[in-house]
Amino acid sequence: MAIDKHPTPMLDQLETGPWPSFISGIKRLRDEHPDERINKVTNDLLGQLEHSYETRKGYWKGGTVSVFGYGGGIIPRFSEVAKAFPESKEFHTLRIQPPAGNHYSTKMLRQLADSWEKYGSGLVTFHGQTGNIMFIGATTQSTQVFFDEVNEYGWDLGGAGPCVRTAMSCVGAARCEMSCTNEFKAHRMLVNNFVDDVHRPALPYKFKFKVSGCGNDCQNAIERADFAMIGTWRDDMKVDQAEIKNYVNSKGRQYLIDNVITRCPTQALALNDDDTLAVNNRDCVRCMHCLNVMPKALHPGDDKGVTILIGGKRTLKIGDLMGTVVVPFKKLDTEEDYESLVEMAETIIDFWAENGLEHERCGEMIERIGLANFLEGIGIEPDPNMLSHPRQSSYIRMDGWDEAAQQWFERQAAAG
Amino acid sequence: MAAKDMREPIESGCPDPWQYLHPTMRKNFGQWKYHDHPRPGVLRHVAFSGDTIWTVKAGTQRILDVFTLRKLCDIGDQYADGYVHFTLRSNIEFMVNDESRVEPLIGALESAGFIVGGTQNSVAMISHTQGWLHCDIPGTDASGVVKSMMDELIDEFRNATMPNRVHITTSCCQINCGGQGDIAINIQHTKPPKINHDLVANVCERPSVVARCPVAAIRPAIVNGKPSLEVDERKCICCGACFPPCPPMQINDAEHSKLAIWVGGNHSNARGKPTFQKLVAAGIPNNPPRWPEATAIVKRILKAYKAGARDWERVNEWIERIGWPRFFEEVELPFTKYHIDTWRGARSSFNASSHIRF
Repeated sequence: MAIDKHPTPMLDQLETGPWPSFISGIKRLRDEHPDERINKVTNDLLGQLEHSYETRKGYWKGGTVSVFGYGGGIIPRFSEVAKAFPESKEFHTLRIQPPAGNHYSTKMLRQLADSWEKYGSGLVTFHGQTGNIMFIGATTQSTQVFFDEVNEYGWDLGGAGPCVRTAMSCVGAARCEMSCTNEFKAHRMLVNNFVDDVHRPALPYKFKFKVSGCGNDCQNAIERADFAMIGTWRDDMKVDQAEIKNYVNSKGRQYLIDNVITRCPTQALALNDDDTLAVNNRDCVRCMHCLNVMPKALHPGDDKGVTILIGGKRTLKIGDLMGTVVVPFKKLDTEEDYESLVEMAETIIDFWAENGLEHERCGEMIERIGLANFLEGIGIEPDPNMLSHPRQSSYIRMDGWDEAAQQWFERQAAAG
Repeated sequence: MAAKDMREPIESGCPDPWQYLHPTMRKNFGQWKYHDHPRPGVLRHVAFSGDTIWTVKAGTQRILDVFTLRKLCDIGDQYADGYVHFTLRSNIEFMVNDESRVEPLIGALESAGFIVGGTQNSVAMISHTQGWLHCDIPGTDASGVVKSMMDELIDEFRNATMPNRVHITTSCCQINCGGQGDIAINIQHTKPPKINHDLVANVCERPSVVARCPVAAIRPAIVNGKPSLEVDERKCICCGACFPPCPPMQINDAEHSKLAIWVGGNHSNARGKPTFQKLVAAGIPNNPPRWPEATAIVKRILKAYKAGARDWERVNEWIERIGWPRFFEEVELPFTKYHIDTWRGARSSFNASSHIRF
């Protein structure tokens, strides 16, 4: 049966130009998909979207939809203009957690596509900004059946609302020489320890884990994650002097000086007269720049681990916050190392769940109560690596100084 | 259906990626030695074992229909080994371990309409959010903005000729889901919310809405005999934070919801510490379906950056070196009182020195 297609003069203009068009994709579902349900849903979706383009307004409202046994994971969308566009009046998104690192086989993608076109709109995004696979466009009823089907073959909902959210990790050790940790393992151990907190939103607000294997921070962990892990190393970086010479031979001595030596943020590099590289590893901050420029010649050291930063977030409510270093270096070699990582995450989430205000991110709570109080609350001792510089204001009561200084020396002695 | 008949979920959480890794990546996990960049859109990684893997990266429309997804799978099966990886910016990557298969793979992707590129010093795929297609609070349609801009920036995606990589982001409201970018195109509302007082009492949890306001401009009030909320419009910063918890406080406006452009957000720790983006332009019309005014400013910024930045300088580092006065001059944008920060910590952004460029 032919459907009455909504005219879309504005959206049609997004079908021109060389970049692939999402409008053409939605139209293919409307015009070519064998399932009439999908033809109708996408036709009304296009109609509503055209209406948005004409009036410069959105017409979706939230609500409460989840699957049996869970409280979150679905982004409910009900149309405010359902009278005009009834076929897409319920158009929920299912957030499905991707495999750590976002790797897939085509076989699995086809299986997911087959399930999705049985119940949903046929539109999917890899991935949303939180990191989920976004299956966009399902009715309340089909949300449950689609979830049941994909859940049977290994896929679970991610987080939505005030809960532990779907985590993210970079391509990492699977295909990157900069990787300083097992990103997949840290990612999965952390987030899968909190499945209950992912599926049943009961925290002050969202809590995100992100794992980047080195300081290039491809996952934007420091600026976006409440709990950011950045791979690093604490022994000397590896230098292949023959490759340094090759680099000088191919790019020139001045290029290396201008683009590597003088760009080091702590002036930890020097080029010797014989075109070998001298590295002052005690001054190096593992920023990754010189490794990025000369990936053949320079490599991370062997004594690898992670730096953990807490409290990164976007604008709402007090403004953008970067994460703050809370653990300067942590080894992640043994099972015990990973277990203590998970315990630390539990301690932080418990403390925040107890002390955070409604709709207050962990970083905002730290801003409100002070870093020193937060550290005391989670049982971590202060460390100068946590700061850019010590306090500038003298307006602080310091009559506990002697005791704190004593504790510092005792800790230093205990650490050897 | 009674609860007892319902299926209990399997709380399996995040799946193990090991089963989806290309066999060469599985074999050399954690044992990669170096990479290089044979051509734009292609990376070559070499392992200590001597194994080599070529990655071909392609941009898509991000909102994929199942036909497009299957087409990508067909290409993966026919020209690669049936494994793919998605990047943070929603590009798809195919892996092959034989150099002779790279060109046919590129050919197949391009003839199917996908855009090979996005590696190294390119303008990467613009990261974006849901917009009018699916969000409940959007001021614009990120997918449309991105499609329009990528049509014009496509050569910068295909070729890696920028001083360093450029990450562009878009956001459809001031919550800024798109995140930080070298260049960010975000909605900036310019008028306080319009309140439908008939609906507030029934729809909104009023104390939560009052608490949500970053400047304490909202207070409970009785309006037309009904409990509602009122906004002190002298205090209101038009951020729209009240709109998600209280839809009757409509912040989106066809005329007064504008676009603003921010620059210099950089998530990397390379050279400098990560940085947040800074406001450079506002009052840009939110003009579907092609948003030409915003694209024109982005192109001016890119042109100046490409011409003026040194190798490896990201946008923030380039501006730090040349200074903000020259930046505004080069991109021909006005500098106004609105560029002076008023939020907490603002003072640290003021120049408290005699460092002036002439």
